[in-house]
Amino acid sequence: MSATAIAVRRPRSGRRIAAKTVLYVVLGVLALAIVLPLLWMLLTSFKTDADAIRNPYSPPSPVSLDAYRTLASGQQPILLWLWNSLAAATVQTVLILVTASMGAYALARMEFAGKKIIFGLIISTLLVPPVVFLIPNYLIVQNLGWLDTILAITVPGAAGAFGIFFLRQFFVGLPVEIEEAARIDGAGDIRIFLQVVLPLARPALATLAVLSFLNNWNDFLWPVYVLLSPEHMTLQPGLSMLQGAYRTHFAIVMAAAVIASVPVLVLFGIAQRQIVDSVTGAAVKG
Amino acid sequence: MTDSVAADTVAPQRTSAGGHGPRRVVSPARRRRKTLTAYLFLAPFLVLFTMFVLAPAVFGLWISVTDWSPFRDVQHFVGLQNYVDLFTAGTTTSGDFWQSMGATAIFVVASVPFLVVVPLFVAILLNQKIRAASAFRTVFFAPYVLGVAVVGLIWGYVLDTQSGVLNHLLHGIGIQSDIPWTVDVPWVWVSLVGVTVWWTSGLNTVIFLAGLKGINTELYEAAALDGAGAVRSFRNVTLPGLRPVTLFITTTTVLASANMFGQAYLLTTGGPGNATRTAIMYIADQGLSQNNMAPAAAMSYVLFAFLAVVSVVNFRLQRERVEKGGTR
Repeated sequence: MSATAIAVRRPRSGRRIAAKTVLYVVLGVLALAIVLPLLWMLLTSFKTDADAIRNPYSPPSPVSLDAYRTLASGQQPILLWLWNSLAAATVQTVLILVTASMGAYALARMEFAGKKIIFGLIISTLLVPPVVFLIPNYLIVQNLGWLDTILAITVPGAAGAFGIFFLRQFFVGLPVEIEEAARIDGAGDIRIFLQVVLPLARPALATLAVLSFLNNWNDFLWPVYVLLSPEHMTLQPGLSMLQGAYRTHFAIVMAAAVIASVPVLVLFGIAQRQIVDSVTGAAVKG
Repeated sequence: MTDSVAADTVAPQRTSAGGHGPRRVVSPARRRRKTLTAYLFLAPFLVLFTMFVLAPAVFGLWISVTDWSPFRDVQHFVGLQNYVDLFTAGTTTSGDFWQSMGATAIFVVASVPFLVVVPLFVAILLNQKIRAASAFRTVFFAPYVLGVAVVGLIWGYVLDTQSGVLNHLLHGIGIQSDIPWTVDVPWVWVSLVGVTVWWTSGLNTVIFLAGLKGINTELYEAAALDGAGAVRSFRNVTLPGLRPVTLFITTTTVLASANMFGQAYLLTTGGPGNATRTAIMYIADQGLSQNNMAPAAAMSYVLFAFLAVVSVVNFRLQRERVEKGGTR
């Protein structure tokens, strides 16, 4: 056995280098397929309209800020949309962190009547496709007078089951001894939650915050229908409106795409590990 | 579920150690106080959950059995009429609804194989001993964090028939250069699937990668000792090891593709004709733009039923395969 292993080692190393080369080439081509459209978006955004049409895939010459200037001063208030998106994503994230962490702690650590029913209800709604809530929630939001306000795109979305489910899993995994020690020291439920559990849960809270922020920032269908006036729009419905308004202005549309994607790409750069770990966690644990 | 059992067994220990001496039995007053505290913690979430999840789920069902119209003060109960209409040929909504369900089915069938196989392939490449694996992973995942509107803007111009970069490029290498990527069948489907693969493959890739890392390396060593080559160890070790992850990915991907909206809304606006108008697009349009709320609510429950069946069938098939695999 070992003799044959030694015998094949030499030709194998040559083959291995060839295999590695093929591997890197394939990965490189795939990575290029991902990056090129993004790079093209960035380059085009720094072109003049004429340059963008004449030389679609050469670097901008000269580098022009026309597109960004037009957007900043144009009829489409994209900076306002950027602000609205930031505000909505932040408000919803805070709302989710507060309500989900409190609720998840009760579900993870407290004994009370109706716990199983409540937990079962929350979990079962994870299986319901969002479209089922679309029309009734629209009517509810309309009756509350929330159409075309930031409340419509922050509050209903904070009621989802994901956050409370995610944090409950984390709280269940925390060693209970730390809380017991605090209780022996005379701390009540609220103090234990605020001063012991939440600090320990900081990584999970950060992950949930990033996911919630991304989720709200990128939400499309709901804001398209509940936001009506240009000044109340967020970037996602705004961009689809802008696409119509600047049909043939490549540079302007790509500049808008850059403005909408830079915040999330930066956030992804910072919180990459949390994002990737949390999306894989659900699958691999199961 | 196992976690909730664990929590249940831990909690009584904690109460007995809770500074109230060795008492095992919790007094009713104390239990009531604990229940009150728990509900205070749950209250903010439960208020939101009741208003925007439970209430609409029931409210939607109610709308679907009425003749609901925003222009009428009193709504009448019509029983299952809206559902019957959907399943009766020739009614105002049934033709368009089933066409949109058909478009959704086409997209699911066309996209899911690519959305499973391409990420599996990439994950296997990334799982080799290579430099910069994490940099590649970052690049492959990055598009997933972009919103569909950005994806729509970028690809809308890449795929534009007259002035799009893709047709320019194809022309550059001597291929027919006026492919109607976003305006004619079958190209619209190629575009929608391609854009979705570009946008979301990274998600399934990192999940597959985590699954691959979870396979015991000793199994590969054992297979190598048995003289198995790369192909055989892939078939006999990798694929069986990935079975639960593949089940998860296939189910979530089928559901995601069945809920497709933004790509078609932005790239093809449902066209040509209504060929790429998905079920979600049609339901949203009927319910929220055409004020045809009652039939639209019924449609959303029909779609829900289909998706529930898909999940159940998927899990059944997978379980069968696991059982067969076990006896082999």
